[in-house]
Amino acid sequence: MHVKQDGSKYGVGISMPRRESYEKVSGSAVYTDDMVLPGMLYGAVLGSDYAHARIKSYDTKAAKALKGVKAVITAADFDMQRCGMLIKDEHPLARDKVRYIGEPVAAVAAIDMATANLAMQLIEIEYEELDAVFDAEEAMLENAPILHEERDSYDGIVASPGLHNVASYTRCQEGELDVWETCDVIVEGVYETPAQEHMYIEPCSTIADIDPMGKVTVWSSQQSVFIPRQLTAEALGIPMTKLRFITPQVGGAFGGKCGVTNQPVTVALALAANAPVKLTYTRSDDMIMNKSRHPSRIYMRTGADSSGKLIAREAKIYFNTGAYADEGPLIGSVATFFSRGPYKIKNMNVETWCVYTNRTKAGAFRGFGVPQATFAGESQIDELAEKLNMDPFDLRMKNMVATDDKWLGGQNIDHGTLPGCLKAVYEASNLRERPKQQKLDNNKWRGIGVSTSAHVSAVLSASAVVKLNEDGTITINTGAVDIGEGADTILSQMAAETLGLHPDDITYTCTDSDTSPYNYQTAGSRTTYVVGTSVTQASVQVRNQIYKHASEMLESAESDLEILPGSFVGVKGSPDARIPFSAVAGRALNQVGGPIVGMHSWLYHNTPFDKETAMIEGFALDGGGVFCFAAQVAVVDVDKDTGKVEVVEFWSAHDVGCAINPKSVEGQIFGGVVQGLGYALFEELVWIDGQISNPSMMDYKVPGMNDVPYDIHAIILETQEKTGPFGARGVGEIPLNGVAPAICNAIASATGARVRTIPATSERVLQEILKLE
Amino acid sequence: MMETISLTINNEVHTVLIETRQTLLSVLRDKLFLCGTKNGCNHGVCGACNVLVDGKAMRACLLLAITLQEREITTIEGLSENGELSLLQKAFASHQAFQCGFCTSGMLISATALLDHDSTPSISKIRHELGGNICRCTGYVQIIDAVKSVCEGKTDCT
Repeated sequence: MHVKQDGSKYGVGISMPRRESYEKVSGSAVYTDDMVLPGMLYGAVLGSDYAHARIKSYDTKAAKALKGVKAVITAADFDMQRCGMLIKDEHPLARDKVRYIGEPVAAVAAIDMATANLAMQLIEIEYEELDAVFDAEEAMLENAPILHEERDSYDGIVASPGLHNVASYTRCQEGELDVWETCDVIVEGVYETPAQEHMYIEPCSTIADIDPMGKVTVWSSQQSVFIPRQLTAEALGIPMTKLRFITPQVGGAFGGKCGVTNQPVTVALALAANAPVKLTYTRSDDMIMNKSRHPSRIYMRTGADSSGKLIAREAKIYFNTGAYADEGPLIGSVATFFSRGPYKIKNMNVETWCVYTNRTKAGAFRGFGVPQATFAGESQIDELAEKLNMDPFDLRMKNMVATDDKWLGGQNIDHGTLPGCLKAVYEASNLRERPKQQKLDNNKWRGIGVSTSAHVSAVLSASAVVKLNEDGTITINTGAVDIGEGADTILSQMAAETLGLHPDDITYTCTDSDTSPYNYQTAGSRTTYVVGTSVTQASVQVRNQIYKHASEMLESAESDLEILPGSFVGVKGSPDARIPFSAVAGRALNQVGGPIVGMHSWLYHNTPFDKETAMIEGFALDGGGVFCFAAQVAVVDVDKDTGKVEVVEFWSAHDVGCAINPKSVEGQIFGGVVQGLGYALFEELVWIDGQISNPSMMDYKVPGMNDVPYDIHAIILETQEKTGPFGARGVGEIPLNGVAPAICNAIASATGARVRTIPATSERVLQEILKLE
Repeated sequence: MMETISLTINNEVHTVLIETRQTLLSVLRDKLFLCGTKNGCNHGVCGACNVLVDGKAMRACLLLAITLQEREITTIEGLSENGELSLLQKAFASHQAFQCGFCTSGMLISATALLDHDSTPSISKIRHELGGNICRCTGYVQIIDAVKSVCEGKTDCT
């Protein structure tokens, strides 16, 4: 934190307003669909009518002949190749086979939307229908239809496990298998979680423009400019020199705009029409054609001794990845990795299958496999507590991991911040004094539930360029797409802190694959930690160069210099001996040394698994690190006549190391909790015979202001992360992870009814209540 | 069928050739390039397209433009004057009452309509009146705080 001459504060630790505030509150922020190019055409995508069918033939003549239609494409026209982040199993437009209802199979570009929609109705596709399978475990049976006959030959970084319809298989085993006889108490259950829709308010949108040299510029609502460029290049066989990806403002993403969405099809349409094309999904198309969270079925068993010490857990986790793997193999690995929860359990045996079925694919979504595993695990902790006649909070305190304990797989926990989080929610919610079960008016009952969760906040690589401009201001350039979470602001704050500048004197560039240095994606709670490290280190380089110049200009040792407010560097204790950054920049540009530029590039190295203690099979990640922790408490009211649940108050404690912008951290916590509340109580894509029956915001309920409590308490703890920029670690995903089990534990405390399938709709809650009577 | 109509938007009269079936949302975005009003759901659920019609918050995606010739329409672009943000807009900025910003225009329109009719709404009234505007990012707490701060005359929370 710095203090300006007028007394205002800036830099790290200040809740400065978002840098794009003016644009966003005035309605002038530009999102992809707001852009219009001269001569721009409008795209539309035709989805498959069948859940599983062979494509026999296409007839696009009538569509092509329609006035105003400029291009009609199919995979056959374009020789599209399979692409994918982990397994190259998916064509941008279906080729040879369709594998789910709504799978993109042809696309049109026309002078307006009405013409494009009309043309789609004129496309004839002849299919040969095949048997379909929709359930993950059924798909693994020998007689189930096979979705990907060639799975074993697909390229990618995840090898085929050689099992029927299984995209990937992961196993982690530690300790002994045969220890169940030594357990005094065992709980066992099946837990099911839904396909949650991301429901970012801005549907996927892409514009592709082609220049006379054949280079295509792509503006899209996406989480990276690099991954979609790579996948588009692979799918269309275009070199990256012919593709430039730019990200305007993004209207939310949550993982749903990771990888590629409709960029390859839009590029193909622009190439076919030789004109700019905009393709914006309708809400229904977005829900049917883009991914959801992996629905899961988890068979879990946990055992403890009579003192409450956890002894063993085993789990079989089935992830339904739909027609394509997307990031499923990695998500399955992460679920396995987090299946022990933040507890010391010596004997673990967990297997995860990521299975192809004839449904819309599943992929990355805030939490990335952890919410599913946490729902099962945290439910079982409460179920064990009940059997042990122990307080669930005490059972957690007894078994939780702390600093220098090991994670599943053997990684050291350098900052075991869970105890602090648990104590914080315990005190803030006055847990000691609160009755576990309280009868209210009519047949309403109040209960309270606790959960813990964990996440990682560092994966893969990033880089940053920080430049001193001629006038002494700074430009920072990273590949970090701000999808709404605030990267542009907090990265500016880190540079401001390092260089003693006010953020107003720092500008940041729009992400552009031609000019921005590489960054993986805005995903994995990694931007603050991984990109923040690059911005900070590049800023340090700029600062060091400023000191070097200033030392020569002021004839003073570098160690005697300091950065002063207002973009000055001066001699400590000599108020008059100072020069502006602009003078340093001018000297560097015109007299000595050359332009002042800082550049930092790095790859976060996971701490590898300990192969001595853990048997690891099929993991798509090579380890973990920078663990972060959270504890949550929910108070709910349950109407025992109707099963309706209302969350009345919620506490969520997070150790973020250092809150670069505390109000933004709170925003992540509030937003994650409410998205988790939707996951717990309302949200579920429903398929009937392979068809999503609720592909609209009318039929798929996300929480509104009336559905969630105002009393959500975000508790921020700051145990410095030794390796993080300013001691920070990520917070993007973890607030969602433990919400569903906290709520279901509270429902059980209020009513005695244990709901093991979410969302815990009134119907499901009532069914469990009736079973008790 | 095409028809030329006049619409009064943000105190300015726009004469525009439209299709008779065209929604106000489509006219705003595609004809007049007033793109602050967003399309989130296509059918009147999310509230991202809310505009004021004679001071009442309404869904632009459900209104036929041709029916609005005698009405006063205010869009997000009309909430600020000569670039100067309204108190509510300033409060949204200082409270970080948005993240991705895509629902923000509609949320601000609904909140403006609320405060125009009740300058001191309770929290439960704010939750009720803004219940038809879906935000997927914020969890709503900071939106309620921003609206409350305007009622209390304390927009600057930094």
